[in-house]
Amino acid sequence: MASSTKNQAFLLGYRAYMAAFFIFLAAPLVAAGSFAFNDSLFPALPWQGVTLDWFFNDSEPKLGMFHDRRLLRGLYYSGIIGGMVALLSVFVGTTNAFLFVRGNFPAKNFFYILMILPLVIPGVILGISILVMASNIANGVEDRFNLELEFLRPGILLVVFGQFSFVTTITSLVITARLKKFDTSLEEAALNLGASRAQVLRTVTLPFLRPAMIAAGIVAFLVSFENFNTTLFLVGSESPLTITMYDRMAKVGSTPVLNAVSFFLIVGSGLLALISVVIQRDPKS
Amino acid sequence: MQSDIKRLSLILLFAPFALWIALLIILPHMGMVVLSLREKVAPRVYEFGFGNYIDFINEPIYWNTLLRTGSMSILVTFLALLIGFPIAYYIAKIAGKRSRGALFLLCLIPLWVSDLIRAFGWILLLRETGVISSFLTDIGLIDQPIEFLYNDITVVIGLVYTVILFMIVPLVSTLDGMDNAMIEAGYNLGGNGFTVLRRIIVPYAMPGIVSGCIVVFMMTAGSYLTPILLGGKNSSWFTEQIYDQFITRFNWESGAAFGFLLLAFTSIVVWIGLRLTGQTLANTVAKS
Repeated sequence: MASSTKNQAFLLGYRAYMAAFFIFLAAPLVAAGSFAFNDSLFPALPWQGVTLDWFFNDSEPKLGMFHDRRLLRGLYYSGIIGGMVALLSVFVGTTNAFLFVRGNFPAKNFFYILMILPLVIPGVILGISILVMASNIANGVEDRFNLELEFLRPGILLVVFGQFSFVTTITSLVITARLKKFDTSLEEAALNLGASRAQVLRTVTLPFLRPAMIAAGIVAFLVSFENFNTTLFLVGSESPLTITMYDRMAKVGSTPVLNAVSFFLIVGSGLLALISVVIQRDPKS
Repeated sequence: MQSDIKRLSLILLFAPFALWIALLIILPHMGMVVLSLREKVAPRVYEFGFGNYIDFINEPIYWNTLLRTGSMSILVTFLALLIGFPIAYYIAKIAGKRSRGALFLLCLIPLWVSDLIRAFGWILLLRETGVISSFLTDIGLIDQPIEFLYNDITVVIGLVYTVILFMIVPLVSTLDGMDNAMIEAGYNLGGNGFTVLRRIIVPYAMPGIVSGCIVVFMMTAGSYLTPILLGGKNSSWFTEQIYDQFITRFNWESGAAFGFLLLAFTSIVVWIGLRLTGQTLANTVAKS
């Protein structure tokens, strides 16, 4: 009897702790998002009433995010970079999955650890090392052949390379996990029924991997979209959204239009993350 | 014939992997090390030498910043584990079937929200004109607005906040795979809650714990936005020094040396951690 009341008190305390944690988790996001709707020039209390001006208004001083050309350009570049990173990293992630699940070659464990490594290298270091190499090549070519290789200077391509360098580890892990669950007797059955290897891959194996590939692509897109550290060193004149927002924060200070962007990104990335979770869920469980 | 096809497809699968690792990871890092060993002796004249590293040792601000970044990152990792473990345990073992999925989803959805937005949210809450300060003045608890930003405690809280989900998510997956019978057996054999935790649950979850700790430690040590935005000018985070050398002073040689030092320092910490817990990189991070 005594132990059950003690247990209940413990459970109650545990639940309170869980509740406190989720409040802690939500508080800054709620603050960042909700001031987008405050009818004021500053993202601070008191609450002045609800407005959608910070999204849709087309004139200063309350220029909404959908009329702010620099923010829109940032959003556009982020989208392009994210899409390229997602495509590239899902492709290499898939070949990596086949390589490590199906392939047999010497020093496989060593190469597997090499594949994991980019995930734990600080993003700042990935950024500077890729910047240094690209500049070395570009300078060398310029000195020797008098040829300017514009694409090796900071810009969209280098940002894509920089993000791709560690995002590929994430996509590889996601797709590898799925391929490990694959029952190879399905492939054998298809082969026995007269299908060619390419047909088996196209009609049996890849459809099985598709949920993991889509989920990996979404995660790659999200990681690329929110990345700052690696991007910071590789960015040229085409700034993606996080860099544009940071510049705005540093130069203009916090304005509610940044809250509008935050709201947009929190909701957008939350929805995409939700899709990536749902899509990977086994229909059975 | 069959083995030729096998070999060819292995080569085709190996090519993207090799290009990725060689061109974007190994060669750039070697280039960074080579650059860090160049000393500028006159404009556009360089010599091989350890000058950039000697500068680092001779300037206490530099190595103090590195040590500070390292020790604060260890503290953040420890706090994230301490706060996150009960959360993960509740989600994996205590919550009912329905609420388990919902709670886990609540952890997964905000996982990819940018550091910038998280820090921005904290700024709105904690600054002198922010929500908490004005709320406390409104209810009469304090007379003057308080500035909660720009101190080490806020930086640590902000960093824990930024990384904690990367601790919780792998822990939930690990604990989820644990058979409840193991815990019950521990109780049946007369163990109390603490013994069961120490002797059964923690050893079982060790790969997940170490994996979460490595990822969180590296993320924290390499973070830039959170310490800068919440700590202000005096945050003294090492990534800021790297940025300063590269972008502001345009001293790439010294910046490359700093980058290598950060990488070496964090790798040593991770290596020590793996040694102490008897884990390897392959059975921790690779599994999550």
